[in-house]
Amino acid sequence: MEQLFFFYFAAVIAVASVLVVALRNPIYSALSLLIMFFHVAGLYVSLRAEFLAAVQVIVYAGAILVLYLFVVMLLNLKQDDRYHRQWPVAGVVGLTLAVEAVMLTLLKGRAIPPAPANTNETVEGLGNTEALGDALYSTYLFPFEVASLILLVAMIGAIILAKKDIGGSEA
Amino acid sequence: MTSYGADLLVILPELIVVGAACLLLVLEPLTPPSRKELLAWLSLGALALCIGLTGGQISVLNLRVSAFSDLVVVDGYARFWKLLLYGVTGLTILMSLPYLKAERLQLGEYYGFILLALSGMMVMVSGADLLTIYLGTELMSLSLYVMAGLKRSSPRSLEASAKYFVLGAFSSGLLLYGISLLYGVAGGTKLGAVAAAIGSRGFDDPLLLIATILLAAGFGFKLAVVPFHMWTPDVYQGAPTSVTAFMAVASKAASFAAFLRVFVEGLGGLKADWSNLFLLLCLVTLILGNLVAIVQTNIKRMLAYSSIAHAGYALIGLVAAGRGMGESGGASGLASVMLYLALYAFMTLGAFAVIGMFRKGGLEGEDIEDFAGLAKRQPLAAFLMLVFMVSLAGIPPTAGFIGKFYVFMAAVEAGLAWLAVVALIFAAISAYYYMRVVMVMYMREPDPSAGEVPQLVASPALTVVLACAVAGVILFGLFPNPLVSLALQSVLPLK
Amino acid sequence: MGNTEVPVNYLPILLFIGIAIVFGAVSLLAGWLVRPSRPYRAKLNPYESGSPLFSDARVQFPMRYYIIAMLFVIFDIEVIFIIPWAVRFQSLGLLGLVEMLVFIAILLVGLWYAWKKGALEWD
Repeated sequence: MEQLFFFYFAAVIAVASVLVVALRNPIYSALSLLIMFFHVAGLYVSLRAEFLAAVQVIVYAGAILVLYLFVVMLLNLKQDDRYHRQWPVAGVVGLTLAVEAVMLTLLKGRAIPPAPANTNETVEGLGNTEALGDALYSTYLFPFEVASLILLVAMIGAIILAKKDIGGSEA
Repeated sequence: MTSYGADLLVILPELIVVGAACLLLVLEPLTPPSRKELLAWLSLGALALCIGLTGGQISVLNLRVSAFSDLVVVDGYARFWKLLLYGVTGLTILMSLPYLKAERLQLGEYYGFILLALSGMMVMVSGADLLTIYLGTELMSLSLYVMAGLKRSSPRSLEASAKYFVLGAFSSGLLLYGISLLYGVAGGTKLGAVAAAIGSRGFDDPLLLIATILLAAGFGFKLAVVPFHMWTPDVYQGAPTSVTAFMAVASKAASFAAFLRVFVEGLGGLKADWSNLFLLLCLVTLILGNLVAIVQTNIKRMLAYSSIAHAGYALIGLVAAGRGMGESGGASGLASVMLYLALYAFMTLGAFAVIGMFRKGGLEGEDIEDFAGLAKRQPLAAFLMLVFMVSLAGIPPTAGFIGKFYVFMAAVEAGLAWLAVVALIFAAISAYYYMRVVMVMYMREPDPSAGEVPQLVASPALTVVLACAVAGVILFGLFPNPLVSLALQSVLPLK
Repeated sequence: MGNTEVPVNYLPILLFIGIAIVFGAVSLLAGWLVRPSRPYRAKLNPYESGSPLFSDARVQFPMRYYIIAMLFVIFDIEVIFIIPWAVRFQSLGLLGLVEMLVFIAILLVGLWYAWKKGALEWD
């Protein structure tokens, strides 16, 4: 059953990702990206990473995609085929990566016993989100506060670069 | 639940910097455009406080304290880099005062971004966990992306910002991918956990290999090492000059600091593997950086390639540390990198300070040809530029020579005499393009048809910066011992 | 690995998605089967309150939308950080509250800046 879900999600993710780069209308690209985001969320659910699935839907499908669409409309792109000349290059790179992936899968027999994951025990009993909350607000408090600084920089940077009448020529 | 009082004390310098940055950003909209310089003095005050705090710990240099469940560590190594970063940031702020005025960029946010970038660098330097180091890197990079684009009237500045952002985001992705693979191998992101996992696991795990390569590529972008250097010339040329100086010196130093810590403390068990990888990177960096610098006509571009080449020299020290026979050999390799970057800071800051205030009408004189005849017009300015160029070329008795000397010594000690010889040859080649600037200043007359001749516009703040830089270059060139012993004392323990 | 079955709690969502797809498909299909097909030009135009079309629907958005969208993304991420904290609020206690207050205070600096610089105003 799980296998079935995995293959469904994986197949749709792969097809939708190809469509994102292959479609000529940027709005269609953005919409297939949306389909991809939702299926990634589904994949997370089937991996029991429920919080991550929620993040995927709220942040990626909800916010990032809106940003993409705004950019598309900001530039008023109707059709863009400038990038389609790069197919051969993309093919070569993709093929190399595919060969690499196959080789690594074949090498798997020799290496990588599953990592000493200490995560499973804490997840038992507690939900995903709760376990994350416990870790984030005790052990990983410091990186969490650094993350808020990153958001601050992003916010002010976006305003200062996008808004016309800040600073500039008044001496 | 524990309380974090002691932990907060450990990161007090970070708190001061962040607090000052936030205060600055709150005050910024309230300050009239003519008073924005007050904000610069506020940030300088915060820096002075930090220098006092960290400098006060110099007597207990190697005391290792960690905080926040060992995600942050303050040891001699971190203190060394932090002191360097405070100094560089302070000089950059001083340099920016006249520069921003000349460019009509009265942005108080600029100083806020410098402080936030500094706090990111401090986190990188003190991070004992891959996640912390990654977040510090992001904080630094994001601030720098914005700073590169602050000269919004210039399309080149915006292009620099966009290019830097896209490539930087890409490199962050590589870094993060490497970190996640390491997490998969080690089951933790702490450098200690990674080291322990590598120690127990053996070296021929393909995942480990990929993770190492990804980390090297991610850091390679930040360090501007060939083949990850493509962004450097465009960004260095397009960004406001004071920002370029900050990027070339502070961001490079912080990235090297985090890079060394990750590879020595975390991946130290793989040093036989990574030292070969970095040997290769170091060679191509030396070759490409130095050769391409020769054909540049824009001095900011030339210094960009020169900064690529200098990253190559610093890498020699890391290769030597990886190859270092015993404990002592490795330590001298690492210490030579620290020393090299500290000395490199003085000369590069000095050179960029001159370039930033070298004005032709309302514009910067960026072409090397603009320096023609400077020795006749402004002998002191020409002499200062001469000192910085000589030092960058690594000619005694300047600091640049000392830096190169210790790096080459470390290479010879590690049995890489041939590498030292190759690097020496490229140092000789680099003298050609540095000396060309000197030749243009002293031998060439300005083109009479060119109209307005560029002048170095003096100001008190610039004088302080240039005095500090030139004093550093000459004093450490003549009496390097205090700095050398400081670097040797604060070096990371090599396993 | 613990138990490996697909989380059952999500079955209703799956069911809803299935119903939504089937409903949409069936109604389109039924319409297509039942309706007569006699198209002409005016019929094929998009319906715009009865008045004739005067411009393309895809106009260039002003830059202002972008800043708003950007701010939205940032506060969206802030929400993501708040969720796990809210879920564990009881056990995190006062310390957790302080931690979150610091986080929000730092972002408030950004909001204050945006406000004062007029990034939230439409003109």
